[in-house]
Amino acid sequence: MLYSDKVLEHFSNPHNVGEIPDANGVGEVGNAKCGDIMKMYLKIQDGVITDAKFKTFGCGAAIATSSMATDMIKGSTIEDALKLSNQAVVDALDGLPASKIHCSVLAEQAVKAALADYYQRQGVDPKPILGDLPDGDACHMH
Amino acid sequence: MNEMLNKKRFVYADNAATTQISEEVFQTMLPWLRENGYGNPSSIYELGRRAGFAIEDARKKVADALGAQPNEIYFTGCGSESDNWAIKGVAHKLAAKGKKHIITSAFEHHAVLHTCAALEKEGFEVTYLPVGPLGLLDPKQVADAIRPDTALVTIMYANNEIGTIQPIPEIGAICRERGVLFHTDAVQAVGNVPINVKEQQIDLLSLSGHKLHAPKGVGALYIKKGIIFPNLIDGGEQERGRRAGTENVASIIALGRAIELACADIPQKIAKVTPMRNRIIDALLELPMSRLNGDREKRLMGNANLSFVGAEGEALLLGLDMMGVCASSGSACTTGSLDPSHVLLSLGLCHEVAHGSLRLTISDWTTEEDVDYIIQAVKTVVERTRNMSPLWEDLQTGKKTVPFSR
Repeated sequence: MLYSDKVLEHFSNPHNVGEIPDANGVGEVGNAKCGDIMKMYLKIQDGVITDAKFKTFGCGAAIATSSMATDMIKGSTIEDALKLSNQAVVDALDGLPASKIHCSVLAEQAVKAALADYYQRQGVDPKPILGDLPDGDACHMH
Repeated sequence: MNEMLNKKRFVYADNAATTQISEEVFQTMLPWLRENGYGNPSSIYELGRRAGFAIEDARKKVADALGAQPNEIYFTGCGSESDNWAIKGVAHKLAAKGKKHIITSAFEHHAVLHTCAALEKEGFEVTYLPVGPLGLLDPKQVADAIRPDTALVTIMYANNEIGTIQPIPEIGAICRERGVLFHTDAVQAVGNVPINVKEQQIDLLSLSGHKLHAPKGVGALYIKKGIIFPNLIDGGEQERGRRAGTENVASIIALGRAIELACADIPQKIAKVTPMRNRIIDALLELPMSRLNGDREKRLMGNANLSFVGAEGEALLLGLDMMGVCASSGSACTTGSLDPSHVLLSLGLCHEVAHGSLRLTISDWTTEEDVDYIIQAVKTVVERTRNMSPLWEDLQTGKKTVPFSR
């Protein structure tokens, strides 16, 4: 398994690990059966993500993509965070092995799930904004 | 973790994956790569003859280690080739007599399982015996599965992931009595378990050099005298016309020396390595929600395979690598598929537990200090990995539960 130095760096010293006690957007994707769970905590004030943290059960790529994705959305507006694609996370990590691309998809979904939770807490239906979020019970090959 | 990194040490605990070529084996093989040793054994002149004699000497050493005759040993390119040749060879030979049924176990190495799957596509029928929660077959399962059209029973001597040692002599006796050929993939067992193909009634046995401190790219197949089946590799007259290709002279000679050394002192090695292995198992079972995979007693001396629920295997391996410890896992991420190891699932483990598996395989090269370091490093890495795991958090708070088995 050939990981880039960037992936290994984010695995060794992951950024933003932990929880945010007063988070106002929390999302969890993946499941234990598949071997990947990502839980993302967001603190959003005035439409800006002021803090983002994660907890991940998964492989090196799952941890590295969680670390990178939280880095990328921290300080950005909700609108920009909604645009975060898995490919952008892959690029920022100098690439991922083909069998690990699904980890970046999971990271993108974790951000979206946390934003959906935020909208729900605001009394806004997230569906028109985010569309259908994936079914967490099946192991998908992305 | 940082504290550990400061006193970092390199510990190789993946001897079931491969081993380092030993100094003695290395020195034995070196002359056969250049100068007076590079001749083609098929050549008539002295340079070639010399290589030919050295190969025959290596063949005798392999035969002696297995209790076989030299003319029953065939050198191959690897253990996988030996498995392919034995299984496909017997299957194709006996298909002509209407015997198109093969018996194997659910947790064989892929070299056996995928070979059986290839034969299924050709119309053969394969029975995959379940192995039970401890990873051990009952010889009676084999006896019950044998049919009039059974061509071959192929059961591994010891499992590569969990190290469980199968009742090979008992299975051998059953097969001999019922007139069914018996092959065993002994890649993990040679040098770890005393093997005698005559006493244990084994008809075909695969082995590999690089698990015994010989180089990669050389293996052997023992074929009991009188068993004839088609070649896998046709061509020249090497290996008495049964396995073509110019011999890998230096590696074959290395294998001869390596197997001689590996089988010389098996009881002493068992006496030395088993307590170290047990020390690792006992220390790591102190971690909450951990389990040993596979039977504890009928197990290769150097194998410790444990699951740590709430931690993912590949993350454990990368964390251990940062600390200088080489190990292995059966998590989906390391199998390159979505499913964790078929071996762990065959024990009835649920996916969540299989994803958190870690295989440590030590050898007689491992020191007590290495063992201390392995234990400390694994404990540190499991804790670190669990600390960032939402699954572990949910297990702690009781929000989720994970059964150990399905």
